[in-house]
Amino acid sequence: MAGLSLELIALQLFAGLALGAIYVLFAIGLSLIFGMLTVVNFAHGAFYMVGAYVGLYILMLGGNFWICLIAVPLAVGLFGLLVERFLIRPLYGRGIDYPLLLTFGLSYVMVELVRIAFGKTGYPFDTPEILQGAVNIGVGYFPLYRLFVIGATAAVLLALWLFLERTSFGLIIRAGARDPQIVRVLGVDVSRVWLIVFGIGTAIAAFAGLLAAPLQGVIPEMGGTILAEAFVVTVVGGMGSIGGAVLAGLLVGVVVSMTSLFAPEMAKVSIFALMAVVLIVRPQGFFGRAGLMS
Amino acid sequence: MKEITQPMLRAQAAPVSWFQFAITHRASLASLVVLVFPLVMPFTALAVNILIYGLYGLGFNLVYGYLGLLSFGHAALLGTGAYFCGIAIVHFGLPWFAAIALGVVGGLAMAALIGVLAIRTRGIYFAMVTMALSQCVYYLFYQAVDWTGGENGLRGINVRVIDLFGLKIDFINPLARYYVIAAFVIAAFFVLSRILASPFGAVIEAVRENETRARASGYDVTTTRLITFVLSGGFCGLAGALQALHLSIVPIEILHYDTSGIVVMIALLGGMGTFFGPMIGAAAFLLLENLVSVWTVHWQLIVGAIFMICVLFFPAGIWGTLISRGKP
Repeated sequence: MAGLSLELIALQLFAGLALGAIYVLFAIGLSLIFGMLTVVNFAHGAFYMVGAYVGLYILMLGGNFWICLIAVPLAVGLFGLLVERFLIRPLYGRGIDYPLLLTFGLSYVMVELVRIAFGKTGYPFDTPEILQGAVNIGVGYFPLYRLFVIGATAAVLLALWLFLERTSFGLIIRAGARDPQIVRVLGVDVSRVWLIVFGIGTAIAAFAGLLAAPLQGVIPEMGGTILAEAFVVTVVGGMGSIGGAVLAGLLVGVVVSMTSLFAPEMAKVSIFALMAVVLIVRPQGFFGRAGLMS
Repeated sequence: MKEITQPMLRAQAAPVSWFQFAITHRASLASLVVLVFPLVMPFTALAVNILIYGLYGLGFNLVYGYLGLLSFGHAALLGTGAYFCGIAIVHFGLPWFAAIALGVVGGLAMAALIGVLAIRTRGIYFAMVTMALSQCVYYLFYQAVDWTGGENGLRGINVRVIDLFGLKIDFINPLARYYVIAAFVIAAFFVLSRILASPFGAVIEAVRENETRARASGYDVTTTRLITFVLSGGFCGLAGALQALHLSIVPIEILHYDTSGIVVMIALLGGMGTFFGPMIGAAAFLLLENLVSVWTVHWQLIVGAIFMICVLFFPAGIWGTLISRGKP
């Protein structure tokens, strides 16, 4: 380990934060949907993947990355609205497993449809020209695009926080997460709130997929891997907690990045080890309420 | 235990309807179906697959259908069974029966390992944690190339002859192979039926129906869950070991998250919480897969769509629906 300088470790830490930013976005959508609808969205990975492919399609049509940043969440979020309205809504009140199973089946359909449309092999996804290259961040040169990923994630988080904490609709969402029954009694159409939350969650997943695309390219199976890892994030952070998802997402990113520096072959396994430790020490996660799942 | 066992005794003593008869003799009836199945099923290789996946579904159904916990990590149990059986033959040159026994032990041990961690969470968490842990098992086996062959899978599990106390059975002959595997599946039917009919089986279902009440009645819910999960691992480990012998290779895909998903589909398609449902589900799933893949490579699209339709409209599954119709 003599060759490892402090700079290298610091750079790796930043790389971990960029990776963690993707986890954060992915897990926040998952957590938001679970916190409100008590639906574990097994198709979340598929929405993430579709986000990357819609971005690819827009680029093929001659659009640029900045159009993608707006159009992808809108298009996929709209699709999410349709899914909630016509597929998940009939299952409310029929047991917590059914929406999970349905979204699991949906993920198969979505992945296969993308395979039909774009083929089984993956595509590279070009980093937008203006974001290529590296900048000096004090400890060394760091890829500009990764910096952009961290910035964009922070912007989405800020927007989401303002929306939830400062708007009246956000107030209804937070109230609905605590007690949908009372909110309904007060005359709020909760099913409309759930619809919109599902749309927002899937839109954020698509945004995450788009951000991840230049880092790792796009393939139809890209959603499956991150889904398992995002489950780790939500278990570590505490299901349904947005603060927990942010902290745990960044932590998981840093853990992956650090283990791939010191013991590359253990990088994939390390996050599951982290989850095992959290499960033993604090089963409800960092910010989870004990007994929430009963 | 009195209030649970007494009605069953009474039912057995009284003149029983055909439905009661079917429930009491479910293991024998299921075995009968398995024994005559090759006569109506022309493709023996497919029939063997149905047996193995049905056994896998049987083990999964013990946790999902009877205990009420949705696991998305059963691929780890099936895969460990398959790899243990394969490693025993390839690396240690053990005979077939020892290899199968090791496969069962592997399934039990992996279930204990995953169970101890996952049982600490409740409800929907369980699906997520089991899935994440089985993904971890996938990476571990993937990297242990010296033992598992990594990406290429574990090759060279060549069992040509099953030597049964001097009686040599040709394992290459498809029909003979079917009946060797069927013997294990039938044994599993009787073991499972015995477990479900025991007082412990009643506790399993009590935990599913009302956890609080089961706990108030003095049952240790957490231990019941763990033991049931471990038992399920034994069945799945056996299925994995048989799969390894059948394919003579253990592909790494056996540990993939899709393999966990397939068994959920099988259980739901057949009818969760029913004794014979997983077998029906496995037959339906594999026949469907075979038929659809004849005219399109995109069979996952059809399978996914049919699964969604099942969740939306037929949550009781094929066998479950038939049973509820036939109930007097």
